[in-house]
Amino acid sequence: MAVYSWPSREATAVIGKEYDRLDGLAKVTGAAKYTYDVNLKNQLVAVALGCPHAHCKITKLDVAAAEKTPGVVAVHIFEHAAVGSEVQWQGELLAVVAAESEAAARAGVDTIKLEFEELDVFTEDENLDAAEKAERTGKGGGKTELEREPGDDDDEDEFIEQEIARLFKASKYVVEGYYGIDAITHCCLEPHGSTVEWKDGKLVAYLSTQNVSGTDEGFARDLKLTSDDVEVKCDYIGGGFGSKFAPDYWAVAAAKISKETGRPVKFLLSRDQELKIAGNRPSGYMRVRLGADENGVLTIWDSHHWGTAGYKGGGVSQTVMPYVIRPKNYRRIATTIKSNTAQSRAWRAPNHPQACAMSQTAIDDVAAKMGANSYDVFAANLRAGNVDSQHPDAANTYLAEMARGAALIDWKANWHAHGKGKSRGSIVDGLGMALHTWGGTANNSDCRLKISPDGGVESFCGSQDLGTGTRTVIAQVLAETFGLGIRDVRVNVGSSKYPASGASGGSTTVGGVSESHRRAGQDALEKIFELAAKELGAAANSLEAVGGKVRVKGTDKAISWKKACTLLGLKPLEVTASYKRGDQSTLSSSGVCGVQMAHVEVDKETGVIKVKKFVAVQDQGLVINPKTCKSQIYGAMIMGIAAALYERRITDPKSGAFVNAELADYKLARLGDVGDLVVDLYEPESERSRGVIGNGEPPAISPKAAIANAVANALGVRVPVIPLTPKRVLDALAKA
Amino acid sequence: MTDLKNKAARKSGFNRRDFFRGSGAIAAATALQTQTAEAIQNQSPRVISGETSISLNVNGKDHQVKVAPNTTLLDALRYQLDLTGAKPVSSDGSSGASTVFVDGKPMTASTILALQAVGKKIETVESLGADAVQKAFVKHDAEQCGFCTPGFVMAVRSLLDKKPNASKEEIRGGLNGNICRCGTYANIVEAAISVAKGGN
Amino acid sequence: MKAFEYASPRTEAEIVDLLSAEPGKTEILAGGTDLVGLMKKMIVTPDRVVNIMDVPTLRSIDELPDGSVSIGAAVTLDDVLAHPYIDIYPAIKQAIRGISSMQLQAQGTLGGEVCQRPRCWFYRNGDGLLSPDVAEGANEFHAILGNSGPAKFVNSSRIAPALIALDAQLRVVGPEEDEQFVPVAAFFRSPHREGQREHVLEPNQFVSHILLPPIEGRTCATYEVRHGEGPDYPLAAAAAALQFDGFGIVRDANVVLGQVAPMPWISQEAADVLRGRKVDEALAETAGQAAVSRATPLSQNEFKVQLAKVAVKRAILLAAGYETGGF
Ligand SMILES: Cc1cc2nc3c(=O)[nH]c(=O)nc-3n(C[C@H](O)[C@H](O)[C@H](O)COP(=O)(O)OP(=O)(O)OC[C@H]3O[C@@H](n4cnc5c(N)ncnc54)[C@H](O)[C@@H]3O)c2cc1C
Ligand code: FES
Repeated sequence: MAVYSWPSREATAVIGKEYDRLDGLAKVTGAAKYTYDVNLKNQLVAVALGCPHAHCKITKLDVAAAEKTPGVVAVHIFEHAAVGSEVQWQGELLAVVAAESEAAARAGVDTIKLEFEELDVFTEDENLDAAEKAERTGKGGGKTELEREPGDDDDEDEFIEQEIARLFKASKYVVEGYYGIDAITHCCLEPHGSTVEWKDGKLVAYLSTQNVSGTDEGFARDLKLTSDDVEVKCDYIGGGFGSKFAPDYWAVAAAKISKETGRPVKFLLSRDQELKIAGNRPSGYMRVRLGADENGVLTIWDSHHWGTAGYKGGGVSQTVMPYVIRPKNYRRIATTIKSNTAQSRAWRAPNHPQACAMSQTAIDDVAAKMGANSYDVFAANLRAGNVDSQHPDAANTYLAEMARGAALIDWKANWHAHGKGKSRGSIVDGLGMALHTWGGTANNSDCRLKISPDGGVESFCGSQDLGTGTRTVIAQVLAETFGLGIRDVRVNVGSSKYPASGASGGSTTVGGVSESHRRAGQDALEKIFELAAKELGAAANSLEAVGGKVRVKGTDKAISWKKACTLLGLKPLEVTASYKRGDQSTLSSSGVCGVQMAHVEVDKETGVIKVKKFVAVQDQGLVINPKTCKSQIYGAMIMGIAAALYERRITDPKSGAFVNAELADYKLARLGDVGDLVVDLYEPESERSRGVIGNGEPPAISPKAAIANAVANALGVRVPVIPLTPKRVLDALAKA
Repeated sequence: MTDLKNKAARKSGFNRRDFFRGSGAIAAATALQTQTAEAIQNQSPRVISGETSISLNVNGKDHQVKVAPNTTLLDALRYQLDLTGAKPVSSDGSSGASTVFVDGKPMTASTILALQAVGKKIETVESLGADAVQKAFVKHDAEQCGFCTPGFVMAVRSLLDKKPNASKEEIRGGLNGNICRCGTYANIVEAAISVAKGGN
Repeated sequence: MKAFEYASPRTEAEIVDLLSAEPGKTEILAGGTDLVGLMKKMIVTPDRVVNIMDVPTLRSIDELPDGSVSIGAAVTLDDVLAHPYIDIYPAIKQAIRGISSMQLQAQGTLGGEVCQRPRCWFYRNGDGLLSPDVAEGANEFHAILGNSGPAKFVNSSRIAPALIALDAQLRVVGPEEDEQFVPVAAFFRSPHREGQREHVLEPNQFVSHILLPPIEGRTCATYEVRHGEGPDYPLAAAAAALQFDGFGIVRDANVVLGQVAPMPWISQEAADVLRGRKVDEALAETAGQAAVSRATPLSQNEFKVQLAKVAVKRAILLAAGYETGGF
């Protein structure tokens, strides 16, 4: 068995080099077919009726007129919408109409007669008092960690209160504050949905999914099939961000209607349905008191946060508080709130962005209170060991990354104490930073590799390319392994019929597919070396595959790759490899840091904020393709700017209606809003030697805190809740 | 206090004769010249209801499609001509994902009725074919999931047609009709700059 | 979209013939950037749509004998932006540039911009234009002035404040060769019952031209407070047109606010502050203060008072040739 490993930096030909993504041309020319673009012959198009009210009991749902609408072929009422059932959030689909065209289906939907009894609505998740009054709160857990000395173990509760009080008393600086971040939606540009058809009793589902290999089971379970009877296909997906792991009840409905009518069915959510029901990130709001010594090193943290993940409660997990900068002594408590909004879904680094936005802002306020440089306060805490990170050498890595970030944003020259900058007219500027951490362990991944006697290399893997560059990364891994160019290998992903690979969530894909393809590649190469060894009259373990040749190391003795493959005879060589999450390997590992620094300008008269410059320094072990890797980070920063300044779910306090569920009202960052972005890949040998680690999520964590801190630095006033809208900036200034 | 409403009337005091001596006549004459002969021929307005067969000139070719008055150009392109480059993202055009050129101008096919497009030259992203903008997008990795990309390619093409040597500031100011959720803006700016610098 | 009939007339007379006298039966389609979205969401459900884009007389920009400029209602915003006749009215170009979407500029028309329906999300989510829920609801972006009646939405037009400040008029055409010249200042109204439009047109009338009187030495500017780039609406806006005497003293002034009331909001108070004085930052600030002195914010939009004040101040400063000091 081969020893799986990566070549050294000097010995790599393909890995670590910038490549254009393989599917780039298909995307820019419009040739790439997304689920929404799949039109099957004779298909029906389905449109759904969403619940107009945020909490109600259905008393009548009459679809008779819809069934008679010209062009309508089938109408399906969802089980959860049966008369008498309670609907807990606006937009929940009640019935779906399948027709000859989208227009006919819509016309059908418009004839559905719906009656309901309105029930009490609660969507004011920021307002803890109101939630308590409405009996919408639940316990979210908590933890107290206090250093003990012998004799400290009398009565637990008493000890805790006394010790916390003592620590605050002993603190040089005490900050008390309120911080928060609103719920946002995933807002995938391609809505959730599918086009499905039945072929010989088997289901073929073109599904917009991040989980090609896992969703066949989802269909099978609900349709009483085996997963072998289902093929899920997804060549291209227009955004998922953590919201597209399951078929969802609407894709199952499409399959049922398709079966019933014997025709393919296309069913994608409308824009407002996409925002209302297909994915949101929980809100988080926190009251905190923290104490620090004369250097700003935290000595005690005492927080209570709350928020909602939807109608079942939930919210930001208490386990990640306080975030990254964590003193030895802390108490954290969480309260969950049941709100009449759709249940949340994983959103790029679940829990972390909110935890970072709530806690690293509070830490920055220690610097503000001291009149100190935020950089120094973060650094002092890292040096003092106040660190909670998944990176094995966190403090040193953060400090190294901070130094690089500071140089890129010219921190020293641009710094001024909080609120002490010079203004140009009504414009003031400010600097802010934040730190993050994430795992990024490689996911399960199987693959099959086929090497043909003509030298062709083709791989099959039930993974998916979300736009993260998975196809290109696989091609690079294989090309590197076989000494070929990336266009010499054919990469296949996007079907559940291929060997199973994990869902693309948790930044686990690049690690998983690198593991499986490198392993399969090395195994295959070993076999080819055995054949070539005879031909070259050398030992198999003295061979290498480089530059399109199989060569005896250190000599000119070589045969071409093609020639070597002819030695396979008539049959292609097929190799499968399997990586199971957690298998020890030098190919991949987990745990990253990351530092981001923002330079902003704020117009004090209008509360409008502009990002001037924004720097991200990110480690992710071994970088396979710096180009697509950087794009991930740029994207995360841009999404972060949107969440920091613009986007949020707005509900009407009385009706609970999600009022801004169209793109005209759900404000995202536009191209002109993002300022100068700088990405620095931190990859010293100490990082590179750790192997591949996913980076899809970590850089999406810090932007909100970094930008909020920059705004606080500019104004000398904390704008407590993110996004930092002009209203919130002006309100904070008026209060100060 | 002066009453602005009365004041306005007093200041300019347009009347029918003035207007026709000016705008009306001239406008009619000049605008008519720019109309295609075909458009003028079809003088009396036909009221169309229900499904009709029309001819759309898309990417240089005439295509017969069946549409109703409430069929959008986007649906005609996507469902009947299998031109799925333009994407349905927002119902009101706010994302720019359905951008096509209508007589050379960038417009969102999702807010155009197919009937309005009769007699116009429609160009979709599929018509560009190895355009410098597309190549630059690939080179600068200006696409992630790619769902917004065709719309952005069209927007950049249009901006650079108008301002071939656009500066970074003009590029930043000129591409705000499109939305990308994955966050490709930085790379799009780089792609656009590279084309602007290389001319083309 | 509900099924409807479609017609594409070639003359103004044909447009009138195709329009119904009954409210809601027919809709005028110009660029469609607003109307088509509203029809898709079934907020507007006409039986017939009349496309005015193929009427040549509505598509040109001309100078009239008295030096006024006439802009056809179906002239697209980018054509207005590119036209040299409009250079002397910077307030208009600034407002159009504010709609920072090349698609909306290429497709949207000046007439459609002025006649567009309110951006109120209660209205656009199907709750009607005068929903009683607005007063205590999600009203962050609603009216702070003129909101004591049932209408609490804001007029969305970005160009109307500039048109009013410049004393522009609309040529309105109706049945039986009816033709009127209506000052833009008198065109809008605050509806009192559902179904009433936000302007004074009868269902079978339409706007054929926008008429800009000669600039006659006036200076003008539009300033918008915008949360970010893109076609999103400003949070508050103002347009100012100033007439100076030979000594830099304001002889006459028009100040009009946008996005703050169910109609573009003409502020006599602000104009009164300016008249007879020299413009400086303090005076502009006082005028801004005066413009919002009667503001009655709703439960969530107190902040708009400050923004409206700043918009007025900055529009005045710009019109007088000063820097605004902000973004
Ligand atoms: C996402 C989005 C963002 C937008 N952002 C902005 C913005 O920032 N600022 C802004 O000002 N606008 C904005 N708009 C609104 C609007 O689309 C544009 O202002 C555009 O100029 C409207 O022109 P149109 O020709 O497309 O109008 P249409 O949609 O064709 O018509 C709009 C309305 O006016 C009526 N109408 C049109 N012409 C006439 C006429 N001659 N006489 C009588 N009635 C007429 C129509 O019946 C309809 O009710 C936005 C629209 C969208 C969808
Ligand atoms: S690349 Fe995914 S939306 Fe732009």
